[in-house]
Amino acid sequence: MTEQPRTEAQAQSAPVQGADGAPGAQWRRLSPRMLLVHPVRELIRYIPVLAGAFFAGRNSDNGQWWSLIGVALVIGLSVVRWATTRFRITPDQVQLRTGLLRKRTIAAPADRVRSVDVTAHTLHRVLGLAKVSIGTGTYDRKKEGLVLDGLAAPQAAALRAELLHRGQSIRGPALRGPQPTNAVPDGRPINTVPDGQPINAVPEEQELVRQDPAWLRFAPFTLSGLITGLAILGFGWNALQQSHVDAGRLGPVQSASRHLSDTPLWLLVVQLLVGALVVISLLSVAGYLLSYYGFRLTRHTGGTLQVTRGLLTSRATSIEQTRLRGVELSEPLLLRAAGGARLIAVATGLRVGRGAERGGTVLVPPAPRSIVYEVGQRVLDEDGAWSAVADPLRRHGAAALRRRVVRACLPWLLITAALVLLTTTAGLPAWIPLSALALTLAFGWIGLDRYRSLGHLVVGSYLATGAGSLARRRVALEAEGIIGWNIRRTMFQRRLGLATLTATTAAGRQGYPVIDISSVDAVDVIRRATPGLLEEFIRQRQQDR
Amino acid sequence: MDPEPMSVELRAPAHLVSRRAIAFWTVRALIGWIVIVGIQLVILIASGSTHHRWVNVLILACSVLLGAVHLIVMPRWRYRVHRWEITRTACYSQSGWITQERRIAPLSRIQTVDSERGPLEQLFKLANITVTTASAAGAIKIHGLDSSAADRIVHELTTIAALDGGDAT
Repeated sequence: MTEQPRTEAQAQSAPVQGADGAPGAQWRRLSPRMLLVHPVRELIRYIPVLAGAFFAGRNSDNGQWWSLIGVALVIGLSVVRWATTRFRITPDQVQLRTGLLRKRTIAAPADRVRSVDVTAHTLHRVLGLAKVSIGTGTYDRKKEGLVLDGLAAPQAAALRAELLHRGQSIRGPALRGPQPTNAVPDGRPINTVPDGQPINAVPEEQELVRQDPAWLRFAPFTLSGLITGLAILGFGWNALQQSHVDAGRLGPVQSASRHLSDTPLWLLVVQLLVGALVVISLLSVAGYLLSYYGFRLTRHTGGTLQVTRGLLTSRATSIEQTRLRGVELSEPLLLRAAGGARLIAVATGLRVGRGAERGGTVLVPPAPRSIVYEVGQRVLDEDGAWSAVADPLRRHGAAALRRRVVRACLPWLLITAALVLLTTTAGLPAWIPLSALALTLAFGWIGLDRYRSLGHLVVGSYLATGAGSLARRRVALEAEGIIGWNIRRTMFQRRLGLATLTATTAAGRQGYPVIDISSVDAVDVIRRATPGLLEEFIRQRQQDR
Repeated sequence: MDPEPMSVELRAPAHLVSRRAIAFWTVRALIGWIVIVGIQLVILIASGSTHHRWVNVLILACSVLLGAVHLIVMPRWRYRVHRWEITRTACYSQSGWITQERRIAPLSRIQTVDSERGPLEQLFKLANITVTTASAAGAIKIHGLDSSAADRIVHELTTIAALDGGDAT
């Protein structure tokens, strides 16, 4: 964050550094084929404006000239954008220059490159192009970072290899410790780069997991189709409203409503539910295919993990093994009921995105739980990974259980009580408080389930923490990646001697909480995960408690 | 693993913040309450003498009472909770009142140290310090420090943090 001004300042004096004659130090352009992509994309983006100009122009004498000028302007701008964008990779920096009037130079130290994401949208794929996003672990939402939009696909792949493996040549290939003793026999020893091999040689790869078509059965349990379905419904409804079409006068709607008035209510409800389920399942399967078609997780000799996936937009995300600080096992309630789970990377420079699928951090898409556990264990390489991923967590005791259940049901219990009162005094139908009671019980169960997920474990060089019911998560976080600790206690937690201990980290979600751990255990966890940090702040416990 | 893990606990950080912080917190909260009560007064006057007037008066009375309790209790409670300590190896703070939070970060992981003085803080010769780490969730903020003490802390922290190489992730 703070290094941004410094690196930009360095980039100003870049020509001096660039004069070393290194082959990679020349300024390079994006692929000329982008001249086809940019105008199309810009035109699509400006369709509302251009359409406005077209219709506005129709009334005046100038005819459609205005919209033509607009189109020419947009195309001209995209050509300028291509012509002014250059990048180069010097031995110690990655630099990108853009802009004609407002010149901007972005530079990042090469050893801070944490991830290289190669994406190809449909248009890109038709033209054999790919977009390369270089992650440096700096989060700035306003500015686009180091994005090279539009290189020929082979060039993009070569660039990724170049960027990710150059660091290895300095640090050496022996990044990984020994495999866990009880590791799954994968038949191949961990590869090391032979001496004298050029850095940009095609790295040997080891496949960790590949998508199995049978995993599609988990798609309907991810609820992603529900969100898509609602979005389509909302969009359709909105379009209908905008177009001023009276829905009641459309033929299909009329016949449907005739059909509806003839069928009994219960049958109608069943039909609707089944219909919705079918549609949502189909949408989920389609979404799963779009995102995860051809999913592969591989480990390269240079010490990077690579995820390749996608049907229309193909993505290849690389994560340096040293930047991988842990894994997150996510088991939402429905997926868990179907025996599935998915795995997300906890890596510096890769922030967990919306819905986790978008962030490029998925290590295993929804798949059988055993596979997810196995991959989690094989991806992590420090001592204790095996237990951190799969061993039962240490539970947080009766006070934590009480707190989970009370927090889950209390609002519903109060609502039920109020409804009971209304039923007895104001003659509310009895089924309303009864259904509220059912909800209370359901949430009680959720509270219980939350308690069952809750726990922590410090094992080897990992801290494992789990929580949640509807969205159950378990994280195995490398202690090395823990930056600091937050210990938060509400008034209720203080009374019960509990605390929420958050391990802060530069990776993934930035902080991973251990909820309702006893204060005594919290101190113990900190002392074991980050030895030495706490020693000055510890005192003997008073004997009165 | 520990010989007697039950026998230790985390103590609070050593130093209290400036006593003037009580007045600062009071004034800051007072401004908020004046806005709330002011809006209610305007509504009360504008609505004239309808027969729902007593509801408005009741809400206003509740706000005034709640505000008074908040203004008396919160700053003093905060003053007893807000503490900080910086050692050779770590930065440790405690803040909050009803919900309290302790934050610890090793000095080797510190990225920036900012000190800030708002207009109100300047009035009370106070400053706050934000110590950021590479984690977005891990910034340590110390409020209500005496201005000169804050300057001293910033100087010390930047000197120590500058000694450390690496990217502190």
